[in-house]
Amino acid sequence: MKGAVKALERNLMKGNEALAEAAIRAGCKCFFGYPITPQTELAAYMAKRMNKAGGVFLQAESEIAAINMVLGAASTGVRAMTSSSSPGLSLKSEGISYIAGSDVPAVIINVQRGGPGLGGIQPSQADYWQATKALGHGDFHLLVFAPASVQEMVDMVVRAFDKADEYRMPAMILADGLLGQMMEPVSFPEIKANCVDKSSWAADGHKGKRAHHIINSLYLKPDELEKSVSDRFARYDVIKSKETDAELYLTEDCDILLCAFGATARVVKSAVNEARAQGIKAGLFRPKTLWPFPVKEINEAAKSAKKLLSVEMSMGQMIDDIKLAINCSKPVEFYGRTGGVIPTPAEVLAEIKKVGGAE
Amino acid sequence: MATTEILLAGFGGQGVLFAGKILAYCGLMDNKELSWLPSYGPEMRGGTANCSVCISDEPIGSPLVLTPDILIAMNQPSFDKFVNDVKPGGKVFYDSTLIENECTRTDIEIYAVPSSQLADDNELKGGSNIVLLGKVFKETELFNVDVFKKAIEKIVPPAKAQLITNNFKAFELGMNA
Amino acid sequence: MSVVFERPKSLLDVTFHYCPGCTHGIVHRLVAEVMDEMGIEGDTIGVCPVGCSVMAYDYFGCDMIEAPHGRAPAVATGVKRTNPDKFVFTYQGDGDLAAIGTAETVHVATRGENIVVIFINNTIYGMTGGQMAPTTLPGQVTQTTPFGRDPQLAGYPVRVCEMLSTLTGTAYAHRVAVDSVPHIRDAKKAIRKAFETQKAKKGFSIIEVLSTCPTNWGLTPTEALKRLQDEMIPYYPLGVYKDTTSEEGEK
Repeated sequence: MKGAVKALERNLMKGNEALAEAAIRAGCKCFFGYPITPQTELAAYMAKRMNKAGGVFLQAESEIAAINMVLGAASTGVRAMTSSSSPGLSLKSEGISYIAGSDVPAVIINVQRGGPGLGGIQPSQADYWQATKALGHGDFHLLVFAPASVQEMVDMVVRAFDKADEYRMPAMILADGLLGQMMEPVSFPEIKANCVDKSSWAADGHKGKRAHHIINSLYLKPDELEKSVSDRFARYDVIKSKETDAELYLTEDCDILLCAFGATARVVKSAVNEARAQGIKAGLFRPKTLWPFPVKEINEAAKSAKKLLSVEMSMGQMIDDIKLAINCSKPVEFYGRTGGVIPTPAEVLAEIKKVGGAE
Repeated sequence: MATTEILLAGFGGQGVLFAGKILAYCGLMDNKELSWLPSYGPEMRGGTANCSVCISDEPIGSPLVLTPDILIAMNQPSFDKFVNDVKPGGKVFYDSTLIENECTRTDIEIYAVPSSQLADDNELKGGSNIVLLGKVFKETELFNVDVFKKAIEKIVPPAKAQLITNNFKAFELGMNA
Repeated sequence: MSVVFERPKSLLDVTFHYCPGCTHGIVHRLVAEVMDEMGIEGDTIGVCPVGCSVMAYDYFGCDMIEAPHGRAPAVATGVKRTNPDKFVFTYQGDGDLAAIGTAETVHVATRGENIVVIFINNTIYGMTGGQMAPTTLPGQVTQTTPFGRDPQLAGYPVRVCEMLSTLTGTAYAHRVAVDSVPHIRDAKKAIRKAFETQKAKKGFSIIEVLSTCPTNWGLTPTEALKRLQDEMIPYYPLGVYKDTTSEEGEK
């Protein structure tokens, strides 16, 4: 593809722009969005590039319309994406539930900001519960990827499209304002988009050669609905066994295991390094998939730890999954900042000393 | 090299983010690890703007600069707000055309550069930010001068070659200030 | 023996769930006949609403997508933008199109999206059991206007064709009815013209079809047709509200 940036070359890009460029390279053929800070650069980049790349960019009249445009396009078998920030995701939740219930693949970006309500525009991770537990009504999940760098945003967008297609389900990149706004060196690998054959279900016109395809989430008979949900959950079991991913950093001998994802994990890594320099055996567990949560990986990371400390840009949401994952076998402490405040390495180090290192 | 944390701050429109971008591109051209993080939101539309730049041989942890090694201040409120956050041994570069230095710290080095005046006198309107960068390059070991040139040529599109020349001129002024 | 009347090929041989006397069946048939006559069933993607026609995906032979309540125009936009050579239509009721989906309706029209919207106006919410719709007439008794719709309390009905005809993006807006044979013939012609408009890439078409709901109106099918004639048509006059299809250079 003739791109705005050359493959493999080290480029400097904002996270939001890198997400867009990576999506186009991954074969995303349409983007439907609505302006909201701090993700707007993504839509602006798409507006500039999508037509040249042979795709569709359209600014929708609302977040609700945007996600439903994604539903329409993706129903025909086309790779489709939308992006927003926290308040916008609440509006998209209806459409996401339909997308999940209709077994349609799609990629959704959330560049999180502080909430609830209109909240603020600074970075936050307070949509963890929404993304992993309840992004819409009904029994369903999304694949949720949590990048911690601009490069990882690129890699995860490609993976999100591939996995969404493979499992016929929505996938989310759960980023935040810090990752979206920051520039870092990034390179785009030659992406070979996995071409999944969608001809068995896509509603793209039957040409008189097959029975009509129906994209639908309505099942009025309870036993039929139960079966459709159960079938989907059987697929979720496969995903849980195959698709978890996490980074384990200095965990082999750690006394205290810090747990953090996304931008917060960068801060925590700095704190872990400083703690090690001061003789405290700290380690970091960083989930890269938030759903499915890396249960096996955290148990491996926590093997030698006496205590765990979850650090989040929220009042404590991932901590629930941590406790469940280790079956509350060890104490799990929490440190967090919220409302758009980014914790500092010094704060986290102080917390490490307070909860773990001071005995 | 350990991580060098740089904070640039001033009014919106003074080229604070652009100067930061040049430093980031210098890191890119010099094969360093780096991050560039702007303040965003209402402050982009007037008011104060600042950006954090980290340059390192190691992967960057937190990209948010709270205690800079280098502060580049382009207006009085930014100078007053951030000068006490500079690490001991750190360096401060400020536009002495617009800023009065009432800082009493002795554990940092403070460089006064009449960058607005210099830019205006040389018909380089809006070049104050680059003049300050010239001084930063001269007084720190951050990058070689040719890295700056490579970075500018990477950022400025060839169609606007005149801007390249102007940026070099402003940079020279700062080097000699 | 020659066949003089049969089920259109684009309408599947399944039993409708619609109530006796409901005019959805007529409108379904007209849309299917148009698809047959134009030979486009295999190149058409239909979008169903939420409401009585939610299960139209089981009845039309073309590929079908079931949209969230009110969002059919947005879903259709996603389909059409990525498949510009396919025919795309939505089939929506009054609650879906003119209440919860008003924003989608207005914007799909103002964008001049090259699709066809079939709009069933029967002045009531049928699927949920007869509540007030945005098109419920003043004085009309429904479950949620038990004393008759009082405009002071519940506002006035929305005249959709009139509203959408003010938008530059609308190419063709036509209100028809299915209460009599001549009107049904007119409705068929209008639906055909809407699909031809899409074929010629001339932009957005809406065909508003005045329809009946005997069950929720509490009337027999023939009484319902009479109400349509006596009460609805005076409030919602039939006719072409906008037609730029013959103009040069119009989208």
